[in-house]
Amino acid sequence: MPRFHEDPQILNAKAVEIVKDLVAKEKVTPKDRMAIPVQKPAVLDPLQRSRWQEEVEKTFTPAQAVAEANRCLQCKNTPCVKGCPVNINIPGFLNLAAQGKFAEAVAVIKESSLLPAICGRVCPQERQCQENCTVGKSKKDVAQAVSIGKVERFLADWDAANNNGAMEIKPESGHKVAVIGSGPAGLVVAADCRREGHEVHVFEALHKLGGVLRYGIPEFRLPKSVVDSQINALQAMGVHFHTNYVVGRTRQLADMLKEDGFEAAFIGVGAGLPIFMGIPGEDLVGVCTANEYLTRANLMGCIYPGKNDTPMYRSKKVVVLGGGNVAMDSCRMAKRLGAEEVTVLYRRSRSEMPARREEVQHAFEEGIRFCFLQNACAVNGDEKGHVKSVTVQKYELGEPDASGRRRPVAIEGDTYELECDTVLIAIGNSSNPLLTSSTEGLEVNKKGNVIVDEATGKTSLDNVYAGGDIVLGAATVILAMGEGRRAARSINELLANK
Amino acid sequence: MMDLASIVGKEAPPKGHKILFKEFFSEKVVCMRVEAAMIAKERKPGQFIIVQTDVEYGERIPLTIADADVEEGSITIVFQIMGKSTEELSHFEVGDYIPVITGPLGHPTHIENFGRVVAVGGGIGLAPLYPIVQGLKKAGNHVTVIAGARNKDLLIFEDKMKAIADEYVIVTDDGSYGRKALVTEPLKEFCEQDPKPDMVIAIGPPIMMKFCAATTKPYGVYTLVSLNTIMIDGTGMCGCCRVTVDGKIKFVCVDGPEFDAHLVDFDNMSKRLASFREQETEANNHTCRFRAALKEMEEAQA
Repeated sequence: MPRFHEDPQILNAKAVEIVKDLVAKEKVTPKDRMAIPVQKPAVLDPLQRSRWQEEVEKTFTPAQAVAEANRCLQCKNTPCVKGCPVNINIPGFLNLAAQGKFAEAVAVIKESSLLPAICGRVCPQERQCQENCTVGKSKKDVAQAVSIGKVERFLADWDAANNNGAMEIKPESGHKVAVIGSGPAGLVVAADCRREGHEVHVFEALHKLGGVLRYGIPEFRLPKSVVDSQINALQAMGVHFHTNYVVGRTRQLADMLKEDGFEAAFIGVGAGLPIFMGIPGEDLVGVCTANEYLTRANLMGCIYPGKNDTPMYRSKKVVVLGGGNVAMDSCRMAKRLGAEEVTVLYRRSRSEMPARREEVQHAFEEGIRFCFLQNACAVNGDEKGHVKSVTVQKYELGEPDASGRRRPVAIEGDTYELECDTVLIAIGNSSNPLLTSSTEGLEVNKKGNVIVDEATGKTSLDNVYAGGDIVLGAATVILAMGEGRRAARSINELLANK
Repeated sequence: MMDLASIVGKEAPPKGHKILFKEFFSEKVVCMRVEAAMIAKERKPGQFIIVQTDVEYGERIPLTIADADVEEGSITIVFQIMGKSTEELSHFEVGDYIPVITGPLGHPTHIENFGRVVAVGGGIGLAPLYPIVQGLKKAGNHVTVIAGARNKDLLIFEDKMKAIADEYVIVTDDGSYGRKALVTEPLKEFCEQDPKPDMVIAIGPPIMMKFCAATTKPYGVYTLVSLNTIMIDGTGMCGCCRVTVDGKIKFVCVDGPEFDAHLVDFDNMSKRLASFREQETEANNHTCRFRAALKEMEEAQA
C-alpha cells in the first residue's frame, strides 16, 4: 500500500471545506481568494517512493482543483499568459474550473495546447506562467502563486478519464503529411494536421513511440500510461504511426517527398546527441550518459527487473554531473534502481539550477546528496578500467555570464576525491546529425540546429518544416509543442492552397 | 465520443519481418534470410541493422548485413550465439516473424578503386566482409581475402568469397583446414610483398582487429576496421557505443562503424565491451538452465 507524505483524505477534506465556504458566499472578493491556502496534491512518502517507479505526485481531487482555481484573481493584464510559451488563456480556464465547469475549462486549454496532461506534469511553471502570477508576487513567493500547472493537469486527467479526448476531424483532404519523430513536437503536428483532414504518417526511429517522453522522462515523473493515452487518441483520429523507421537511413526524406506522395514534412527529431565533459577518464567502464542510463531504464525496461533483456549498471555509489531535469531524473532513477549513495555535482548554486524546482525538492526528500559549486575534473579508474572515483573541483560564483547567471570560477587547488562506481553525465545534448547530414540542401547553423523561418517554421527546403529541439537546441516540452503548432499552421496553410 | 469506424478500420499492427531461410553454419553460428524490402534497397556495404526479438523487453542487438536481395526484398544476417538475446533469435524458425529490424544504420564503407586490397575476416566477421569485398571488386580493386576461423567447421562463406576474390587464403587456429596460422601471419607476408597492399580491411573479433592493426602499422598500410560495440538506440542518442579514436570520443553507430585501425584504442574498447559481463553470464546461465529444464520436460512427456 502506498504511504503518503500527508494523508490524501485530509488534504481533500480541507479543500472540500474551502469550496463549501466559497459556495456559501454571495460574492467572492479578491481578499477571500488571497486567503485560500495553496492546495497541495497528495505526494508519495519519500522513503517508500525512492525505491518505487510510481508517480510521485498525484493529481488534484476535483475539490482541490476548484479551490486552487479560485485563488486566481482574474487579472486584466494576464501576466501569466505572457509567461506561457503557447499563450494558453490561463485566467479563462481557471475561471471555468473555479466554477466546476471542467469540460469547458479543458476546451479553453485545448485552443492553445494539445498535450495538457504532459505539460501539466513537466513544464517548469515556476519560471513560466506561475513566475508572473500576481498572487505569488504579492505574497513575495513564487511557491504561493496559483498552481496553474496542477489545475491544468487535473483538467487533462479528468478529460481523459471522462473520454472526451477525441477531437473533431475535417473531411479527408487528400493531402499527405510526413512527421519525422514522435516526440512532443511531432505529436502536436500530427494532431493539428490530422484535424484539417490530412493523411498523417509519423515516423519513429525507435521501437516505441513518444520520443523523449518515452525514453527520457521516467515513469515516476510522467507515467507512460499518460503518453500512451495521448498516442492512442491520435491513432483513434486516424494518424498512422511507423516505428523502427529511421528517416535518413531507412529512407531518404527526398524520396519520401518525391516518390511516396508526401506533400509536406515536419522534422522533429529532437536534440539527441549527448555532450561529454571532455575530462580524463570518460572512457572508463561505469561512465555513461544520462541518455544511456535513462534509455536503459525507461525504454528498454530495466525498471522491470526480471523482464528486461537489456542489462543495467549495478551501481552502489553514483555521481551525477549536471543540474537540469535530466540530472534530476538520473539521480532519482539511480536511487530507485538500488544505489545506496547518490551525489549530484553541480558547478553553480541551487538557485541557478535549471531543473524544475519541484524535482529538486523531490530529489532532496529522497535522500540525494547535492554538492553545489562543485564539478568533476577527472574520472579515475582501477586496473580493470572501471570507475573508482571522481576528482572534484570546487568553484565560487563570479560575474554574470551570457546566460545572466553568475559564472562559476574554479578555486585553484581546492579539489578532493569522491569514491563512486558509476558516473552519469547529464550536462545536455546537442543536435543529432543523422537526418540533417543525410538530407541534401537542409541548412543548419554551426551548432547543427536546423535553420527555420521565425514566423513559419519553414526550413531551407521547400515543403519541409522543422521544430522542437532540433531547431532550439535542448529545451522544454512546451517550447517544442509551441514550435510544432507554428509549423503545423504553416503546413495546413500550404496544403489549403494546393 | 471516439469514432468507432476509425478503430475498426485500423490496420492490424505489422507482425515484423518474416524469416525466409535459416541455416546453422555451425553449432553457434546462424544464417537467416529475412524479409526487409526497404533495408534491402537502401543498404550499402558496411552498414548494420538493429534486431529485437521482443518489442516490450527485448535487447536491441546490432547485427551486420551479410547480403541483400532487392528483388526478393530480403536481407541476410549471420550471427553468433553469444548471449541470451542471440540465443533467443536462434530459436526463430522459417515462417516466424522477427518483431523489430531497424536500419540500415551507420556509414557505408567508403569504396573506390584503391588498387590492391587485402580483406581479412575472422569468424563471423567474414559475413559483413562479403558485401564490402563485392563493392571493392565492383570498383575495380584487386582483392585478396584472408579467411580465418578457429577450425574447419567454423569457417563460413567459403564458396561465396572464393567466387569473387582474386586470391583466397584460409587459415585456421588448429590447422584443421588451410594453413595453421593466425590471420596476421599471411597479412604480414602480404605487407612485405612489393607492391604492398594499398589498403587492408579487417573485420572480426576485437583481438583479431587489434593485432591486424599492429601488423600493418609498421608498413604504413592504411587499415580499416569495422567495430561492433555495445549499442542501444544505434542512432547516436545514448553514447553507449563510444570508442576512443585518435584520443577523441567517437560513436560507432553514427560516426562508424568503420574507423582507421591505427587510431582506435582497442584495449579500452575491449574493456568497455565487458561492461556487463557479470549480468550476461547470469542471463546466459538462466537461459541455459531454463532450456535444459524445458528439454527434460519434453523428454519426460515423450
